[in-house]
Amino acid sequence: MPIALYRIDDRLIHGQVVVGWGQPLGLRFIMLVDDEVATSDWEQELYRMGVPPEMSVKFYTVEDAAAHLAELQKRPEPGIVLVGDIGTMGRLVSKADGRIRAVNVGGVHHSPGRVQRLRFVFLTPAEEQGLRDIAALGVDVSAQDVPSARPVPLGELLASTTGA
Amino acid sequence: MSDGDVRVSTATDTDVAPATVRAIVAGHGSFASGIISAVEQITGRGAVFWAMSNTGLCLDDIQGTLARALDDTGARVIFTDLPAGSCTMAVRRMIRARPGVVLVTGINLSLLLDFAMQESVDPIVAVQTAVERARASMAVHGA
Repeated sequence: MPIALYRIDDRLIHGQVVVGWGQPLGLRFIMLVDDEVATSDWEQELYRMGVPPEMSVKFYTVEDAAAHLAELQKRPEPGIVLVGDIGTMGRLVSKADGRIRAVNVGGVHHSPGRVQRLRFVFLTPAEEQGLRDIAALGVDVSAQDVPSARPVPLGELLASTTGA
Repeated sequence: MSDGDVRVSTATDTDVAPATVRAIVAGHGSFASGIISAVEQITGRGAVFWAMSNTGLCLDDIQGTLARALDDTGARVIFTDLPAGSCTMAVRRMIRARPGVVLVTGINLSLLLDFAMQESVDPIVAVQTAVERARASMAVHGA
């Protein structure tokens, strides 16, 4: 089975990922792509202790992730690729030679300069452009925090001003 | 404090948490305020706890709000709902620099009730016995 989800989530490993998506998709591994976490043993230990025993987690820089993506897509068990920000996903998609077809915006929370688009998505103009750039590479971009929610297509996400 | 009148901290709060607080409860959605309201209903001691929700907050905001709550209250115990939850991750990152602060995750109502009733016991000691009793309180009937 290919990797089930390519997710942007600034909380990285947390309840929605491990339980909310992990159980219905039967996820067995997390490919956490973050240049800082990939070089910090302590951060890795923090996240490793957050996953249940049936799930494994490995840490990659963007470069390493792009190099290992084809191999991981051939694994028999389902997994998830997880990044903490739009820029990281943009770099990964651009290096993935078309291997990433869909990106899930799962959680980009409030910080200065960001405008609320959905309850769980706040974006700066640069981040909005980053999502457009990902979509321009032929990737289906949508926002969805949990599996039971409706995926919100990119056009609708960027047009939303209600924060609903 | 009446039932349902639970303090919920957010990143934009400017209120100072009261000194009567002995522990922070943090979790998803209304988990913290809900479970504290249950403690209040059963024992009248809900004011022992300070509630925080992670709803709408990024990790930095969760960590900042929790740090402020610890500073304001002097509490040394944080209870969270889920081992992999964002509050738990934020606390684990934060307590690296705060020796003496204890995190208990995967909590239930029995645990908070037991902790709340040990008002005269050092909170770190109270946590140990409360955890043991909380584990023992879970049971399956009718299987």
